[in-house]
Amino acid sequence: MTLLKLLEENNMSNIILETKNINKYFYDPVKFKVLSDINMSINEGEFVSIVGKSGCGKSTLLYILSTMDTDYEGELTINGVSLTSKTDKDLAVVRNERIGFVFQFHYLLPEYNVLKNVMLPGIKLAKHSIQEIEHKAMEQLRKLDMVDQALKSPNQLSGGQKQRVAIARALINDPLIIMGDEPTGNLDKKNSDMVFDIFNTLVKERNQALLIVTHDPDFAERTHRTIEMADGRIIS
Amino acid sequence: MNAKLIIDIAINLIRARLKQSIIAAVGVTFGIAMFVTLLGFMNGLNNLLDGLMLNRTPHVRLYNEVKPSTDQPVLISKEYKNNTNFIQSIKPKDRGREIYNSKAIINILKQDKRVIDVAPKVTAPVFFNTGSIEITGVVNGIDVPAEEHLFKVSDYIIEGNVFDLNNESNTIIIGKGLAEQMLVKVGDVVKITTIKGGLVSLKIVGIIQIGIAEIDNTMSYTSLRTAQMILGESASYITDIQVKLTDVMMSPETAKEYRAKFGIDAIDAQTANSQFETGSNVRSIISYAVGITLLIVAGFGIYNILNMMIYEKMDSIAILKATGFSGNDVKWIFISLSLIIGIVGGLFGLLFGFGLSSIIDNIPFETSSLPTIKTYPIDYKYTYYVIGFTFAVCTTTIAGLFPALKASKIDPVEIIRGK
Ligand SMILES: Nc1ncnc2c1ncn2[C@@H]1O[C@H](COP(=O)(O)OP(=O)(O)OP(=O)(O)O)[C@@H](O)[C@H]1O
Ligand SMILES: [Mg+2]
Repeated sequence: MTLLKLLEENNMSNIILETKNINKYFYDPVKFKVLSDINMSINEGEFVSIVGKSGCGKSTLLYILSTMDTDYEGELTINGVSLTSKTDKDLAVVRNERIGFVFQFHYLLPEYNVLKNVMLPGIKLAKHSIQEIEHKAMEQLRKLDMVDQALKSPNQLSGGQKQRVAIARALINDPLIIMGDEPTGNLDKKNSDMVFDIFNTLVKERNQALLIVTHDPDFAERTHRTIEMADGRIIS
Repeated sequence: MNAKLIIDIAINLIRARLKQSIIAAVGVTFGIAMFVTLLGFMNGLNNLLDGLMLNRTPHVRLYNEVKPSTDQPVLISKEYKNNTNFIQSIKPKDRGREIYNSKAIINILKQDKRVIDVAPKVTAPVFFNTGSIEITGVVNGIDVPAEEHLFKVSDYIIEGNVFDLNNESNTIIIGKGLAEQMLVKVGDVVKITTIKGGLVSLKIVGIIQIGIAEIDNTMSYTSLRTAQMILGESASYITDIQVKLTDVMMSPETAKEYRAKFGIDAIDAQTANSQFETGSNVRSIISYAVGITLLIVAGFGIYNILNMMIYEKMDSIAILKATGFSGNDVKWIFISLSLIIGIVGGLFGLLFGFGLSSIIDNIPFETSSLPTIKTYPIDYKYTYYVIGFTFAVCTTTIAGLFPALKASKIDPVEIIRGK
């Protein structure tokens, strides 16, 4: 009895991200439903991949889940808190603290060097001292085999190297969930495997959740669960 | 602290676009430098001209004026009480120009806390005789130490010494124009006829030049005693009491008060020199207008450059927003950026403005009419610097506000999708 209750409780608090009936429309050039009735949930420590044909709405869904896009119907809950109709400021805090995002294309600030790019969300969060953040950033870069590039400017890096810096940045605040839009799209097999391994350790050791959009069937197969999308719906 | 991070990001954005940022700042620098210099120069000139008049004018002057008699016989008639009367049969009475009880009045004035000093004076219209010609002029009998204290007469004496008036009796200092007309110099003797017909000879001990031809052509100074002697009056004869106050602004009220208190006429410096005041005001307004225009133009420069910068930095703004910066944070980044440009540009502007002022201050400016002035006058009042800097900061903030609001509204999804 007590065990059951405990399991239940555990299960309840286990859900990191949940959506209820999310619909989204685009109005330009004609009204068109990109996402229909998206219901999904992701648990702590779960490694989930999203696959589907190009143009089926994967990126669109990810922008909504990452709280950057607020123009949708339905409800989004992260860590038990409903984020629908929260202010821009609150959402910014959630993005900063709870969500790590790796884009399809590496987005780094050209004004700062690699290390500072990784540190920036940490400095913004201001939970730790600059020294601690720097130490942590170097640790992430080491795991991604990027320590020797730490003081370079982003535009002195190759595409794959930039992608790894972006991953390091997504991890700096120990987010609850890391979202990636084809984060390995620009990487070769070796680097892609390395990223996968890093993601895997995050899930195993830190119990973080991962939600990764990918076109790579091998990658998808090795994750815990694969969500397949077609024409703006989840089909399996 | 977040403010530190925001400023750090702003500084890095400036570094990335250093050339444009410097150009924007130079706009502000130029505006401020011109503003400060212009105001300093204009007000330097204003003060010079005001000084020319105001320093020569007592803040309050007490005197007796010839007035029409207010008691006309027709007013006594009950029949015409409610009518307007034109009949003024009683002519002005000759009360004389002497201020009665001048000693007592001077003593009371000297005790007044608002008064710096008091200088009695005797003025008398006279004729200067040269050959067969008579030139009209005025003799000012002055209490030399008091006059010197109030009006720095010695600044305007171009030959001789004002204290010689006291050292020798029957001496006179005459205006430069007057001396030139009569072809006389220091050491010569001039003959003077009073209105009443008296004739005296006085030795010239100095030449004075105020810088206003009209005055220099008619004016002369003697000691009080000499003037009284010329007029054949006693040692208590005084026609004017000149008062200098600690605060010029108080003069109209003070004049009014004295008028009531002593029952004599009193005029304040503002009323006596109202046309000068207007000129000064107009000059000030023009210099403020030009300076503010320059700063507004600089503001537009900042606005343009920030707009351009935001356009170029769309990607960076999108990343910042995606990694947890709110629209408000982004807004403050760009406002800080604009403020940094404004403050740096403004500080250099103050520096250059001060430099430019000092240069003008050293350019020789010698005119025979202004013997004490050797270079162009500059007013280094700190308020111009404060106003200029405040205005620069305000303009740059406003100029930065619109681009900053635009940046805060950038939708990161649109940018990220756009790649
Ligand atoms: N701003 C927009 N306005 C109108 N339609 C849009 C807009 N953005 C995307 N779409 C459309 O929405 C659909 C979903 O786009 P989305 O980028 O989510 O696809 P995706 O699944 O990520 O594709 P890919 O695998 O190629 O990245 C596409 O048909 C696209 O044309
Ligand atoms: Mg996509």
